[in-house]
Amino acid sequence: MAKQLTYADPASREMVKRAAAEDIETVWDRYEAMQPQCGFGTLGICCRICAMGPCRIDPFGGGPQTGICGANADTIAARNIARMIAGGAAAHSDHGRDIVHTLMMAAEDPKSDYQIKEEKKLKTTARTYGIETNGRQNSEVARDLAKAALEEFGRQTGDMTMPSRTPKARQALWRELGIMPRAIDREVVELMHRTTMGVDNDFRNIMKEGLRTAIADGWGGSMIATEFSDILFGSPNPLRSKANLGVLSKDQVNILVHGHEPTLSDVMAAVSRDKRLIERAEEKGAKGINIAGICCTANEILMRRGIPLAGNFLQQELALITGAVELMVVDVQCLMPALASVSRCFHTKLVTTSPKAKMPGVEHIEFHEDAAVRIATEILENAIDNFPNRNGKRVHIPKDTEQLVAGFTPESVFNILGGTYRGTYRPLNDAIIAGRLRGAAGVIGCSNPNVEYEEAHIKMVKELIKNDTIVVTTGCNAISCAKHGLLKPEAAFEHAGKGLQEVCGAVGIPPILHVGSCVDNSRILMTLTNIVSEGGLGDDISDLPVAGAAPEWMSEKAVAIGFYMVASGVYTTIGHPLPMMGSRNLHTYLTEGIEQEVGGKWAFELDPVEAAHKMLRHIDSKRRALKLKPLIYEQAFTPGE
Amino acid sequence: MMRRVYCDTRKCLSCSTCEIACALRHSPGDDLVQTLQGGFDAVPLVRVRQGPLGPVFLRCHHCEDAACIDACKTGAMFRDPETGKVLIEQRKCVGCWMCVMVCPFGAVFPVESSGTAMKCDLCDGYDAPACVAACPTGALHFEEFEDFETRYRAQIPVGAWCTEQGT
Repeated sequence: MAKQLTYADPASREMVKRAAAEDIETVWDRYEAMQPQCGFGTLGICCRICAMGPCRIDPFGGGPQTGICGANADTIAARNIARMIAGGAAAHSDHGRDIVHTLMMAAEDPKSDYQIKEEKKLKTTARTYGIETNGRQNSEVARDLAKAALEEFGRQTGDMTMPSRTPKARQALWRELGIMPRAIDREVVELMHRTTMGVDNDFRNIMKEGLRTAIADGWGGSMIATEFSDILFGSPNPLRSKANLGVLSKDQVNILVHGHEPTLSDVMAAVSRDKRLIERAEEKGAKGINIAGICCTANEILMRRGIPLAGNFLQQELALITGAVELMVVDVQCLMPALASVSRCFHTKLVTTSPKAKMPGVEHIEFHEDAAVRIATEILENAIDNFPNRNGKRVHIPKDTEQLVAGFTPESVFNILGGTYRGTYRPLNDAIIAGRLRGAAGVIGCSNPNVEYEEAHIKMVKELIKNDTIVVTTGCNAISCAKHGLLKPEAAFEHAGKGLQEVCGAVGIPPILHVGSCVDNSRILMTLTNIVSEGGLGDDISDLPVAGAAPEWMSEKAVAIGFYMVASGVYTTIGHPLPMMGSRNLHTYLTEGIEQEVGGKWAFELDPVEAAHKMLRHIDSKRRALKLKPLIYEQAFTPGE
Repeated sequence: MMRRVYCDTRKCLSCSTCEIACALRHSPGDDLVQTLQGGFDAVPLVRVRQGPLGPVFLRCHHCEDAACIDACKTGAMFRDPETGKVLIEQRKCVGCWMCVMVCPFGAVFPVESSGTAMKCDLCDGYDAPACVAACPTGALHFEEFEDFETRYRAQIPVGAWCTEQGT
């Protein structure tokens, strides 16, 4: 029986029905076929690390309680989680590495297709690395900066530099705990080492290196990706755009960019405006060229160029099923192998571009940064030439789109708060101190067919803003919020509590601020740091009345992000638990004990409203600890304490 | 009373090891790798599927009033008078699939390579059913119904959890 979506945006619901009618398999069909899923895997007590195995622990106590080597459920589950952190950190950081190499290229070659667009961000980032900027050419500074950033990946002595941006108290804590990261690649390697057969057998020790690796991602690989992308492609400023499948055009050449790295998508977006290509499109009978995005790369070009969002992770097949896409170009991460077979149901060309991400039977046009414009042009020409192959009778573009505002960053939003000449967080801190705002929450992360699509994302953010808690969002959650109209300033008047409404009305912002792609979760880290330094709300991120959530998480990257948020002192809740429930000790540590160490912890709650309440209870407890004024307006959710 | 295979679904983790063990037992290959590489047919005769309340272990119940025996036109489907097991005499089966269609449990399978029907034979000729031995949580039991009922009423250890070592 084909799945019917019950909560998601109307375009997705419509396209899932269409997929069923056309007998095209989607992720929801494959999810059903996979049921029931293996409980050993779900509980994290299956171990495949060595050839003495595979081993599994009997969670009911009857069968083996240790693997063949003697590892118990705590060790096995901890190792499994650790490897997810390693995978997620590797993905984010490798992305960061690619952007740094691109800056180096831009610095060294004045004829490069990449240029330094954001001098301000170049200088502030250089400052973090102690690089002199006065009286020096941008290209010189950039070269030194790129070199310093590359060292973050492989240095063999000392510690990483980027984490020095955290509040002093947090740095001291990390040093005391022995989790200040040394180098990005090194932490990932050590985590893989520790979790191989016969190394780390102490679940807390394994998690310690997991925390360190996660920090090397959030305050390292991801932050580098964000900052260096801003330097190359521009630091985002608030802008308007649209979201959902209705952004596809019935009479223009439709090209979808999917994946993660703006080194590809930004160039595609820029080249699509080339007059010669537009003429070529017109020659083929199209009215122009329409670029739209899926997933994080969509967020990158949205934030900087206002390119519309076609959809998020679970819509990647649905976008193709419109029959209106001439070409989907992909780079890395979150790409479903199923795209190949879905594209073959239509005229749609699927093109891989990264040597790291190939698909059997799929055309590969390898993207090299030193020939970026030429290759992007070639890909666009392929798309344009495919336009005549579109079968009008099979085109079905849902008409749904929603308006949105995006482009918020630690720099841009607080320029808004402070005025044109001086960015300041004072109004935000004051609003929290005075009780107009209860707190802030980051609601982020993927979509997963193991929950009702978008229900948790939307219900959670609505519950939070209803209770005067301003929300920042990234990634697929941001796209879901966009599709449900929650990224419009007007959404404050429909859904937000009185206090938040006042702030939004005064400043002109939506109640939910889109701060970018998943590597841009590092923007949330910087925002929290800036709030601490502005003063009045404690000395460390763990003092702040804030919480984080990834209610529909799917990816290992989400695990890494959750751990770096927890390591930074943020209470982090997710829907389905981390796959480690087969170990009571690990579960207790991650949801209770770890807070004594890092001031942040995990929580698992499937019901999004209940999860929001848990976040609010946590926020309230931080308000009490800071002795902040009581909230100005009556709240919808007031726990009895 | 006849012993049958019963599943305590509270202990089933849907790992499908029972399916693999069953398929191997009923295939000409000696082990998993040999079976796969040798291209032998390996059809599991029990299935783990998703039910409304959790996993469901689907297998032949060797019914006292067997619809498949009634449906069989050649007499291939018969009850062993000594053991009470419902078995298929493969050489008499003509592959009409009537048994496949009438089984209320979907426990009879049409096998393409032989052109005959196959189903759980309670590992006739072996000491004990392969699925029962293979189940890693001991969810499967080969016993009389009354014994299973008693067992099912007993509490099973709640939660999955290891005690902390050393404290």
